[in-house]
Order: sequence, then C-alpha cells, then structure tokens
Amino acid sequence: MKETKIFEKPKSMIDVTTHYCPGCTHGVAHRLVAEVIDELQIQERTVAVAPVGCSVFLYNYINVDSYEAAHGRAPAVASACKRLLPDSVVFSYQGDGDLASIGMAEIVHAANRGEKITVIFINNAIYGMTGGQMAPTTLVGQKATTCPLGRDPKLAGYPIRMCEMLATLQAPAYITRVSVAKPKYTIKAKEALTKAFQTQIEGKGFSFVEILSTCPTNWGMRPVDATNWLEEHMMPEFPLGVFKTPE
Amino acid sequence: MAKGRVGVNEERCKSCGLCVAACPMKVLRISDKINKKGYRPVEQFKEGCIACRMCAITCPDVVLEVFRLEDDKACNA
Amino acid sequence: MGKRFLMKGNEALAEAAIHAGCKYFFGYPITPQNEIPEYMSKKLPEIGGVYLQAESEVAAVNMIFGAAGTGKRVMTSSSSPGISLMSEGISYIAGAELPCVLMNVMRGGPGLGGILPSQSDYFQATRGGGHGDYRLLVLAPSTVQEAVDLTMLAFDLAEKYRNPVMVLADGFMGQMMEAVEFKETRAEGLPDPAEWAVGYMKQRGSRALIKSLYLDPEELEAHNWKLQAKYAQMAQHEKRFECYLMDDAEILIAAYGTVARIARTAINELRSEGVKVGLFRPITLFPFPYEPLENLPASVRQVLTVEMSCGQMVEDVRLAVGKERPVSMYGRVGGMTPSVDEIKDQVRKALGR
Ligand SMILES: Cc1ncc(C[n+]2csc(CCOP(=O)(O)OP(=O)(O)O)c2C)c(N)n1
Ligand code: SF4
Ligand code: SF4
Repeated sequence: MKETKIFEKPKSMIDVTTHYCPGCTHGVAHRLVAEVIDELQIQERTVAVAPVGCSVFLYNYINVDSYEAAHGRAPAVASACKRLLPDSVVFSYQGDGDLASIGMAEIVHAANRGEKITVIFINNAIYGMTGGQMAPTTLVGQKATTCPLGRDPKLAGYPIRMCEMLATLQAPAYITRVSVAKPKYTIKAKEALTKAFQTQIEGKGFSFVEILSTCPTNWGMRPVDATNWLEEHMMPEFPLGVFKTPE
Repeated sequence: MAKGRVGVNEERCKSCGLCVAACPMKVLRISDKINKKGYRPVEQFKEGCIACRMCAITCPDVVLEVFRLEDDKACNA
Repeated sequence: MGKRFLMKGNEALAEAAIHAGCKYFFGYPITPQNEIPEYMSKKLPEIGGVYLQAESEVAAVNMIFGAAGTGKRVMTSSSSPGISLMSEGISYIAGAELPCVLMNVMRGGPGLGGILPSQSDYFQATRGGGHGDYRLLVLAPSTVQEAVDLTMLAFDLAEKYRNPVMVLADGFMGQMMEAVEFKETRAEGLPDPAEWAVGYMKQRGSRALIKSLYLDPEELEAHNWKLQAKYAQMAQHEKRFECYLMDDAEILIAAYGTVARIARTAINELRSEGVKVGLFRPITLFPFPYEPLENLPASVRQVLTVEMSCGQMVEDVRLAVGKERPVSMYGRVGGMTPSVDEIKDQVRKALGR
C-alpha cells in the first residue's frame, strides 16, 4: 500500500495547541487563513492584525508579521500599515464585539475608504473572551450573561447585519458571509477567503469575509450541538451569501 | 471508492467530537486514552475511511492528518 | 546662516516634520492646529507620502500605531480634547514601544473648553494621560524656531528610545508668524527598523510582533521595568532647559512655552528697574529638569511659577525646590494669558515692593 498525505497542517501555522475552548471554530477559521496564505505563497509579505477578544493570540498560531490592536481598532491599524507597505497583504481578524460594537466606526470608515485590506469578521453572536455578554449580533431572545432573559429588542435593538450594512457603501470590492460550522460550509469559507485575499493582491479594494462561528462555551452547548444551533438559528438571521463582488 | 486513513496528533486533541459527527463513514470515536491536557483523543476505530477529509476540515485544532491509500500495483500502472 | 522662511507656527511645525523625514500623517481636524493637517494634505502626496484624514482621533492614533509599526517616521497632531481621545492608543503605542511624534497644540479645557491657547494639559502630557505606567518624552518649545528644532529632534528621540514623543505647544505658537530656518540634522546610530518592524520578514528571516499584552504577571512586570529603565535613560540623557539671568536673581520665574516668552519680557523690564529676577525654562517637561531647581544659587529666595493653567507644572517645581524656599504660582486659564504687566506685578508683590 502506498500512502499519500492529503491533509496536513498548513506551513504558516505554528505547531502549538491553541488556547481555544474545545470545539470553538475560531480554530477552523485560523487554519483556513493559514492555508490560503500558504497556497497564495504570501507568508513573508502578510501582516496580521489581531483584535481584542478570544482571538487576541492569533499571532501565536499564524507565523506572519503581526500587530495586536486595541479593542475595535484593527481596521485603522491595518489601513495605515497597508498604505505604508502597499506590497504587503494586510488582514485584520476581529470578533463581533470588537468589530460591530466598539470598533464600528473604524470598520465602516475603512470599508468606505476602500482600503486595500482584508477583514475577517468572526460572528459568534456573543462576547467570548469576557465571559458571554450580549454582543451586537446576539439574536433576539438569545440568552447572554448581560441579557439573562434573552435579548429584548425593545431594550437592546436587533442583531446588526454587518455584510448587509457595509454592502450599502460604494467602495468595498468584496463582501461575503460564510460559516465554518460544518465541513460543507467550511469548504466554501475557504474559497471566500481565497477570493478576499486575491481581491487585495490584485489591488481591487476592500474585502470583507464574515464567518459565522460557534462559541460552545458561552452558548452553553456541546460543540456538536453548537454547530447545529448555528445552522438552525444564526443562519436564518445572518444568511450566507455574496453581497458584493469585485468587477 | 477511495481508501484512506486518519492520523491523530493525540496531544492536540480536545475531545470536542466535531470530527466524529462530521465523518460520513462513522469510523471515528472518542477513545479511552487520556492525553497530557486531560482530554480523551479521538481514534479511528475501524476500517472504512474513504479519505474524504471531512474530519480534518472540521477539526478546529488541526489534530488530524488524512492519507489516501493506494495499491502499489495500481500506482505503478 | 541658512535660508529663513516667514511661516505660521503650525505650518512651520509641519514643515519641520517633513524635513525630519516624516512622510506619513494621520489626523482629525480640531482648532487650533488645523493648519498642520492642511499643510500635510498638500505636501505629503507631492513627496510620495501618505496623508489620511481619519474618522476620529481614536482612529488616527491607531493608524499611527499601524504606521509606526513599519518603522517609518510618522506623526499626528491634535489639540487637547483630541489628545484625550487618543490616550488609549498612546498607551498602546508606549506599551508596544513604537516610535512616533505627537503634537498637542493645547487649548483650554476641561470638556470642550475653548479654542484659545492654554497649558492645562501638562499633567496629561507628563504623567501619561492613558492607562498604565508609561511616559512620553515631552518637548515644550517657546518660539517658532525652537518648535521647528524640537520637532526635528523629536523624530530622532522617538527612534532612539522607541517611544512616542510629544511636542507640547500652545495655540499662540500655532498661530504666530516668525522667521524660521530648517537645519538639516539627524542623529547617528539610530536603531535599524529592520530589526523589529513589520515588513522585513523576508530580509530578517523571522516575523515581527507588535504587541502590548503580557498575561503572565511576571512577564508584564519585567516589561514594565524594561520601560522604566528606558525612562531612566531619558532622564539621564535628555533633560533640556534654559536659565536666564538666574545667577544673581533674588526671585526666579519658572515658566515654559509661550508663557516663558512673556516672562522674559517682564524680566527684562524689571531688570531695567533694578529688580533682580531670573527665568528657569524647562524645555523637556518629561524628563523634567529638576536639578537646576534643586541647586539654586544662594541669591534666589523664592520661586514664582507662571502658567496658563490652574497650577500644574508648579507641582514639579515644588518637588525640586523643596521646603527651603517659597514657591508661588500665578496662572491664567481658559484662553486668558498672563500679561507682562501682570507678571511684573506678581514679582513686585512677591518681593513686597
Ligand atoms: C477598551 C476595552 N473595552 C473592553 C475590553 C474588554 N473586552 C475584551 S474582549 C471583549 C469582547 C470580545 O468579544 P468579541 O469581539 O465578540 O470576540 P470573541 O471573544 O467572542 O471572539 C471585551 C469587551 C477591552 N479589552 N478594551
Ligand atoms: S469562549 Fe467561545 S469564542 Fe472564546 S475560545 Fe471559547 S468557545 Fe471560542
Ligand atoms: S475535531 Fe479535532 S479536537 Fe475535536 S475531537 Fe476531533 S480530532 Fe479532537
């Protein structure tokens, strides 16, 4: 018998155990990013901007030049870095609290300026790192530690759909929503990430990939149940699809 | 159908079970072993892997490697 | 002498930065410093640089964080309320040890305050402003020429110490027209950004990591002591000050920035009346030059601090002078300025004349 390896850890991933909770799909998103970096052969010119949130240690897992930005400000950091180093490939990786709450201004304006960066937005409908508080993307009725009875839209409004919102802007080139909850979605997510980085490399402008992701710990579910919950509850609220595509 | 095998980096496994659920052939399960972090790593407990990579694609911890197995003869042909 | 240009203070500050090799500016409009970004928006594209108007000071300072991480010379400018908004980012820049130049053309506060000149951000500038044990190197010019020289120096010092440097000016200096000369100077032996900045992974063979998070308390403590050691180096090597007619003075005025200039006129007039008065003018506010005040000439019997604040620098002056001699403070605030006559009156009053 001859054995051919058809799946292995991407080269640009650092060989360590992550700090993520068991079954947290942040890890899947990380791996996809690393695979794309390898396949496009851009490791030495890629710059990652990590957020504040569970993925603050992104740079412990992906071996590229990296910044750790202040909470919400990654798009500003990435914008400036890219403008000073136009040949580099700059991406930010941000959670929903980071991007859609405290960093709302930075993401909207980076998108509106058409910064030639790639933004990877992990929407897990909760604040993971701080222990499960309500996020701007928390679903109506979904329980969180700061909405113990479930999100009440009269008090806290409705979940924010970032892709739809950013797609109203003229400048962004590529906006898409994918998921990494199950392999069939993950395969598509990888295609989206590839396209997003290519959009940047080809100088076509701002690319934004929203990834629906699980937080089994703070959702209070077993990992497999979390992937099912994502499919049943998050996907109807945050439909997958392409909202803008480069010309 | 292709034949395959799954390699497990046991120390990295967090026993989340996502791969077990993702495997269409149901050849994976959580084992009785315990790794240094205190998790019970996954194992391939029977033949029948078709090298589809679904487990590896879904694993958040890049624990799994997947191999395609080919008869030497077929390969030489 | 080199070529001299008649320039408005704010524009001279901007041109000085360009002369120092700064090609990248990120900022947000606020009076009374708007001429700086306006000048940069015109000039930087002409020299292949980047001018970007950020959506806020919060974004601007984080753009500085991103830009400074590449090791290139970058700066922002703002005025008091904007600096408050930048404070979080400045703390991150200090924590990550990035070089950059920040300009604060101070206006009156608190809150929205006013748009007229002030010196009420002394505490904010010298004590950090944001969270954590960090320091900015703070330079306080008192003429437009000095603002030019110190701005150029600021870039060298920022690189030398990998630390943010603040040029603390006030609205007067920003608006004043004076003849200035741009002296081409650049320190030698500055650290090579290829050793630490992003963008050199291929050349260096390893990646750069720009961060300020140390979850391990031992590591964070070590990081803090490393920063403190750097501040101690600054204190040892970078203190700058001016003493004017101090040796035989009976009374010493301590003042910085524009106020020192007004005080100098008052001193000259008082001297012609036979009053023995001198000036101590700190040029670096951090590190504060305590030593001249700790070792005052025997003739000096008291010190009068004059500030456009309710009394901020006076705390450092008291710290240095100690209890042996009285230290008093005269301040005007809110955009009101101490006049030459007011200062003269204060001196006479203090001397009981
Ligand atoms: C200025 C500031 N405010 C608040 C925090 C605390 N904080 C850290 S992470 C976080 C939210 C993270 O949630 P999210 O962005 O959704 O990412 P996740 O952890 O879920 O991946 C908050 C509020 C902080 N670090 N800085
Ligand atoms: S708290 Fe949630 S988002 Fe954070 S690592 Fe755990 S599962 Fe993932
Ligand atoms: S998905 Fe990965 S971490 Fe989870 S049980 Fe399978 S091998 Fe282990």
